[in-house]
Amino acid sequence: MDRKITLAHGDGGELAHKLIQQIFVSAFGNTRESHFDASFLSLDSGQIAVTTDSFVVKPLFFPGGDIGKIAVSGTVNDLAVAGAVPLYLTAGFIIEEGFLLADLRQIVQSLADEARAAGVRVVAGDTKVVEKGSVDGVYINTAGIGIARSGKTVDPKTIESGDVVITSGTIGDHGIAILAARGELGLVTDLKSDCAPLNRMIDAVMDAAIAVKMMRDPTRGGVATTLVEIAEDFKVTIQLQEQALPIRREVVGACDILGFDPLYLANEGKVLMIVPKAEEERTLAILRRFPEGANAATIGEVTDTENGKLLLETPLGSRRRLHRLSGMMLPRIC
Amino acid sequence: MQTLFEPQDPAVAKKLAQKLIHLADSYRERTGIMPTFMEVCGSHTMALARTGVKLILQGHVRLLSGPGCPVCVTDQKQIDAMIELAESDDRIVCTFGDMIRVPGSKRSLQSAKTEGRDIRIVYSPLDAVRIAEENPDRDVVFLGVGFETTVPVLAAALQLAYKKQLKNFSMWATTKLVQPVLRTLLTEKHVKINGFLLPGHVSIVLGQHAYQFLVDEFQMPGVISGFETVEMLSAIYQLVKMLDADHPAIMNNYKSVVRENGNPAAQKLMFDYFEPCDEAWRGIGMIPQSGLDIREKYAAYNAKKKFKIEVGEPKKTRCRCGDMICGLATPEECILFGKACTPLHPVGPCMVSTEGACSAHYAYMRKDG
Amino acid sequence: MCVGVPAKVIEKKDYTALVDVMGTRMEVGIIFVPDVEIGEYIIVHAGQGMSIIDQNFAQASIHEWEKMASANVI
Repeated sequence: MDRKITLAHGDGGELAHKLIQQIFVSAFGNTRESHFDASFLSLDSGQIAVTTDSFVVKPLFFPGGDIGKIAVSGTVNDLAVAGAVPLYLTAGFIIEEGFLLADLRQIVQSLADEARAAGVRVVAGDTKVVEKGSVDGVYINTAGIGIARSGKTVDPKTIESGDVVITSGTIGDHGIAILAARGELGLVTDLKSDCAPLNRMIDAVMDAAIAVKMMRDPTRGGVATTLVEIAEDFKVTIQLQEQALPIRREVVGACDILGFDPLYLANEGKVLMIVPKAEEERTLAILRRFPEGANAATIGEVTDTENGKLLLETPLGSRRRLHRLSGMMLPRIC
Repeated sequence: MQTLFEPQDPAVAKKLAQKLIHLADSYRERTGIMPTFMEVCGSHTMALARTGVKLILQGHVRLLSGPGCPVCVTDQKQIDAMIELAESDDRIVCTFGDMIRVPGSKRSLQSAKTEGRDIRIVYSPLDAVRIAEENPDRDVVFLGVGFETTVPVLAAALQLAYKKQLKNFSMWATTKLVQPVLRTLLTEKHVKINGFLLPGHVSIVLGQHAYQFLVDEFQMPGVISGFETVEMLSAIYQLVKMLDADHPAIMNNYKSVVRENGNPAAQKLMFDYFEPCDEAWRGIGMIPQSGLDIREKYAAYNAKKKFKIEVGEPKKTRCRCGDMICGLATPEECILFGKACTPLHPVGPCMVSTEGACSAHYAYMRKDG
Repeated sequence: MCVGVPAKVIEKKDYTALVDVMGTRMEVGIIFVPDVEIGEYIIVHAGQGMSIIDQNFAQASIHEWEKMASANVI
């Protein structure tokens, strides 16, 4: 096989056939499905959940993962935080002409491994090759299919004052890990991206009959933007404790250097949950049983169910309002 | 800012705040005057808002934002010129992230970048010199804004380019000095304040003695402060104490990094490469000898001399950034604030720069919206 | 006005040093703080060390704040 992807790999001919057989089918192991233009799936549920997400990451490989891993965790997590059980994925690749086959193989393998670890099957796929310069290496789109959990739903309408807000771990790891991996700003850190599928951990919480009232994964825009959206969508006031936020030292250090706020950094392996106060300790205990939930912590509470806003209480005791991320965060000297 | 040298006990800050409020209130009872101070430095504006100090002191001590945000005080014509610089295909323009979204009369660097201009954000000016080395066939221009903390670093970049004899590196310098602008605020703008919270990092270069004229000529107290909650609270507390005792002085509350005579090595390099010049400030106008420009000896590295950049007179907007940096208006008093002017669609630089008065107010102090 | 970050010097060369800010490291210039030694902290601005942090003063300040906060007389 050639060393690099050429336009011929996308023309549907011999090379395309080889590419699919040798890289995709062998990684996903679904030889049966690959013989048809569509896959037939059996689902024993009256209600299915569907989501889709596209992944463009720079760099493609970073500490803690690569675009293949993130393409699984991103979509699996979207299903899981909605309260569904993820079962199937599709994967569409748009590849730049000249892309190294070895790199593609690694990305596909990582996607397949991650899907297996998360207990989901990749049942349909597609590749397109575009001219050099049209995309940056490779872009991946994944769609996910899951089923509704019988009898257990996430119900934001039941949010009330006193409910607690829990994060499954430290915030901002992915944002800083990616930034450092780009190497543009000269930052060096041992930090890894937190990207990971969270469905098994979330399953454990749901199976323990904890009345999770809302769940969301704080990806782009970070914890603050995600909680502002929840606060506004469901007209609740959420008050965070600045001192309670679990943040790694390296993230604090990098934020100090660049003038960033960890509350607005992306996470790829974290879930925010709103649960009744009475179930706080039990929820934390379950989350902490999983490696991806080892640093789970309560970061705030719901204080009001009339006004949709997010507040942060500083160590000084004063409260200030948090808003959505405005534009991009840029390194600054002032 | 990280908590490297902060008391372990957060109660210290709370107690300090109570003390300070108590003293400020008793002073007000006695004299009928609410203690009013100007935080000169934009990083203080930002830190005071973020840590909640500004909120907790509301109604007891008035804190006005000053002219210490380099982006905010940069004259519109200079901003237009810097954006115009980037309009050439063969040029690479390097800038601190701070400048990228500042609106020019036509567009911002950001929108120029979106349309394909080669504009790069760097953390250090020396990175721009490196980019020039890597691109010998293209002109690389660094947009050099800043106060005395930053100018020595700009000088270091010029020194590096000079040593390497780079022909394709130059700098568009529009830098500002603290002393002349404080003097102008007190004499011409008649700013009504009872003291200054003096900048921590500018003072690293200048030293404590640079502010003695505030006491000698204006009987105005000042305290140099760091950026931690307790540092700022104790500095403001010292200011109220001096006001209460009617004993103005310059105090250094940031002794761990600010020395009496500043940093002589930084001062030397700064004046090796730069010389004083008249500078135009947004909202204030021309202040004689209030900036630094690249010395004649290094004219080859001066982008203002190297390139012919012509821009017209900027349009007037209703933006009050100029009043904001003189402590003559608060963000809420600007008709555009939070409506026509937001961080996503800024009208003036005070809304763009993270340490701008409007941006800090929008992010941390805004009541609705 | 100017973001400045305390950073610990962990390697020193002639004109540059590797510094650590709570676990995140970067290369900075030390031409303005040529006497800095490994293990000392400097304030970094725009990629240059601007001042060596005097730990004695830093400790003294902490005591001063605590005293100020707890003093009964104003």
